[in-house]
Amino acid sequence: MIGSVSKPKLSRRTLLKSAATAGAALIIGFDVPRVLKGADAKPPVSPFRSWVRIDQAGRVTLLSSRSEMGQGISTALPMVLAEELGLDWEDVEIEQAPTDASLFGEQGTGGSGSVADSWMPLRKAGAAAREMLVTTAAQRWNVSPSDCSVKGGAVHHGADALTFGELVESASKLPIPDFERVQLKKPEDFSIIGKPVPRKDIPMKTDGTAKFGLDVRVPGMVYAVVARCPAFGGKVKSFDAKDAKTLPGIIDVFEIPEVREGVHSWGGVAVVADTTWNAMQARKKLHIDWDLGPHATESSETLRKQFRKIVDEPMKVVLNQGQADTVISKAPADKKVEADYELPFQAHATMEPMNCTVHIRSDQAEVWAPAQGPEWIQQVVSQVSGLPPNKVKVNITLMGGGFGRRYQADFALEAAQIAKRVPKPVQLVWSREDDMTHDYYRPASYHRLSGAVDEKGNIAAWRHRSTSTSIADYFDRKSPPESSELGCTLQMPYLAQNYKLEYTKAESGVPRAWWRSVEASVIGFVMESFMDELAHAAGVDPYQFRLDKLGSGRQVKNPLEAHSVPLDADRMKAVLQLAAQKSDWGKPVKSGQGRGIACHYSFNSYVANVVEATVSGGALKLDRIVSAVDIGTAVNPEGVRAQVESAIVYGLTAALKSQITIQDGHAVQANFNQFTTLSMKETPRLEVHIMPSTLPPTGIGEPGLPPVAPALMNALFAITGKRIRRLPLKQGDLA
Amino acid sequence: MAVTFEVNGHSRTVDVSPDTPLLWVLRDTLNLTGTKYGCGIAACGACTVHINGEPQRSCVFPVSAVSGKKVTTIEGLSPDRSHPVQQAWIAEQAPQCGYCQSGQIMTAVAFLKKNPKPTAEEVDNAMSNNICRCGTAQRIRAAVLRAAKETDRKHVATARNAAGGEI
Repeated sequence: MIGSVSKPKLSRRTLLKSAATAGAALIIGFDVPRVLKGADAKPPVSPFRSWVRIDQAGRVTLLSSRSEMGQGISTALPMVLAEELGLDWEDVEIEQAPTDASLFGEQGTGGSGSVADSWMPLRKAGAAAREMLVTTAAQRWNVSPSDCSVKGGAVHHGADALTFGELVESASKLPIPDFERVQLKKPEDFSIIGKPVPRKDIPMKTDGTAKFGLDVRVPGMVYAVVARCPAFGGKVKSFDAKDAKTLPGIIDVFEIPEVREGVHSWGGVAVVADTTWNAMQARKKLHIDWDLGPHATESSETLRKQFRKIVDEPMKVVLNQGQADTVISKAPADKKVEADYELPFQAHATMEPMNCTVHIRSDQAEVWAPAQGPEWIQQVVSQVSGLPPNKVKVNITLMGGGFGRRYQADFALEAAQIAKRVPKPVQLVWSREDDMTHDYYRPASYHRLSGAVDEKGNIAAWRHRSTSTSIADYFDRKSPPESSELGCTLQMPYLAQNYKLEYTKAESGVPRAWWRSVEASVIGFVMESFMDELAHAAGVDPYQFRLDKLGSGRQVKNPLEAHSVPLDADRMKAVLQLAAQKSDWGKPVKSGQGRGIACHYSFNSYVANVVEATVSGGALKLDRIVSAVDIGTAVNPEGVRAQVESAIVYGLTAALKSQITIQDGHAVQANFNQFTTLSMKETPRLEVHIMPSTLPPTGIGEPGLPPVAPALMNALFAITGKRIRRLPLKQGDLA
Repeated sequence: MAVTFEVNGHSRTVDVSPDTPLLWVLRDTLNLTGTKYGCGIAACGACTVHINGEPQRSCVFPVSAVSGKKVTTIEGLSPDRSHPVQQAWIAEQAPQCGYCQSGQIMTAVAFLKKNPKPTAEEVDNAMSNNICRCGTAQRIRAAVLRAAKETDRKHVATARNAAGGEI
């Protein structure tokens, strides 16, 4: 989910002759190494590696190692390839690549990176294939390649035309051109990229034919559920399955062990039955004596006490530019702001609960997984089954939401543990309660911000002390715990004369990992709320205050990371200006109405939001949210808009409705009656404006989320004069 | 226990425990996987089907109660995605991950049968008990209104700007 993207560098080119059904085919493979942050090394966020195949029927197929989870890449990636190949975008078929490290390398889908990482490799592959096809046609006609053109799946010269299918056998014998010098189309000549197109995966999602992980049906398959210890880190002491085994359809009941090496999986008691329902019913009849483990007394309140104690005491200094402590201590009271912000654990709550289907035989295994990390799945099934990875075939299905949860491999590990014992294909189903109470949650965190403005309205000092249940600390204790938690605080977009960052981790047994936009969902809220507070202390309009503090022509690097992509403050200003303009910022509002603004940089993208809301009698109504995004080239603007709308609603749910609280070492909220989400009635009008750009595309699955909560809470401050610093909004906060 | 009922126009007999929710009979016994499991407590709407034309949450509807009745699932809505609601869903590009959309569509179809010319507010009320984690409510709202008045483009333009937002 995290990780910065290096400039794509093509390091391998391969031409293979395929003896497939269509005879010889032109196959081009390419890959992009990716520079990872230390903390992200485990599990790896993958480079893009994919293959383009043109067969003798002229069919062009993109074997995509990235997966569709509703983010629209099964449309956007073919568009990029089609552009360079001179095809209609519909004419590029996309096929989910089989999991095969020798052909595709690492295959994960995450970090808002699928389009950004694929952009240049796909274009170069398309341009290389085009050049080979043109060269072949030109040789046949004995004309110059420069007099030929490519359109509609054929090479043209005057009135002559040869289809790709007619050319492909000869073309495949040519050497692949040097990817570094292939002629790419100029942005002004794009006819596909940047034009909104309907998504390829939508029709099948309207008639029940789209197959998700839970829809996998294999002859002879059986169904399984697992009873896991409610408290995190607990174990089975003993169990009695006598009653469970009296129920119909029960095939087997047995214990599966906890695994903490390479993957985090809780273990428990597995129930295997002929149907999902029978397995679920039998699980209720199990008598299990649990050892509740070392975290059984943890609660949200004990965690909060720990957080507050940490920020009250000396902390680890991560960054100290200037004399923030001194300036803050000397600042007059009316020019100083001190504020504590708190964010809870959040569940992913993908609509399709975790699941995985595994069939283990003596010499091979097959897996059907709705998963963001196919190779990790392959590794864990290999690890459990004892088969080499190349004997584990992993089929990636459609995903009923991912949001980072499906980057884990715990569900595949459990399925493999069960399938190892049951000589049939086994579909492991997590109930909603399993899914919500055994998630890897967005970390809970606590932030103490102190700052001061001077007479001229400059930010004289900004100090951010924070603590959290660190992701890095949970997964990889070799990395510093703050490496997964600080986000854009390490690329402070605003001019602050003195700046200090402090972080100390909190101890917790609650599992946590990457949740849509990861640490940006936290940091965006804190920084942009505090920015608003400073603007008010300075007596300056919050929009104008941001513009002023972004300065001019600034490139902000992460001082702790050599490979970071610099934040371009001018691009941030531009999205702020666009959002302000489209939202009538500064124009009069109705009684009880107000606007709030916020912006954030994440996944190399720039997003600004304006929330317009009304508070009447303590009740909140969201009137409109205007979002402006700069993601470089928007390959499919229709898909970009959908992703931003989605991120806004996901962010609003976390700001207004949902949270996971902890009691007795377990998650309190277990289903959608307790973990509520933004309904249609509550969903405001959403407007997404895309900044025109010819820069390479950056991510958009996640960056729309971080600026939502602060823009909303800044609007509520504008209306009510109350600062909401603890999420989610509580009953009575606005009374 | 054997239960006989009609699914998408075909008579089916299943031999399962009578308390088995219709959802699991559809999915695991009849292999109709278009109807989705989301919560198991009738809270999310992903499992919505029609029983004798009425929308029902199949995850809490025991199969014994369906005996002799007519069940329509997403697979039975049209043979070719030609139902106006399906067409409107495509036109508005409503689905993202798509998992909740069978239930959304079945809810909308039943609603429009009862209220063929709804206001945006009525759509909001009818659809607010279906959960979508991808946040497609705005597009679903537009799709329902489009289906209701598919030929009136002006109406759709208004629908896109329809409010909502009451927390």
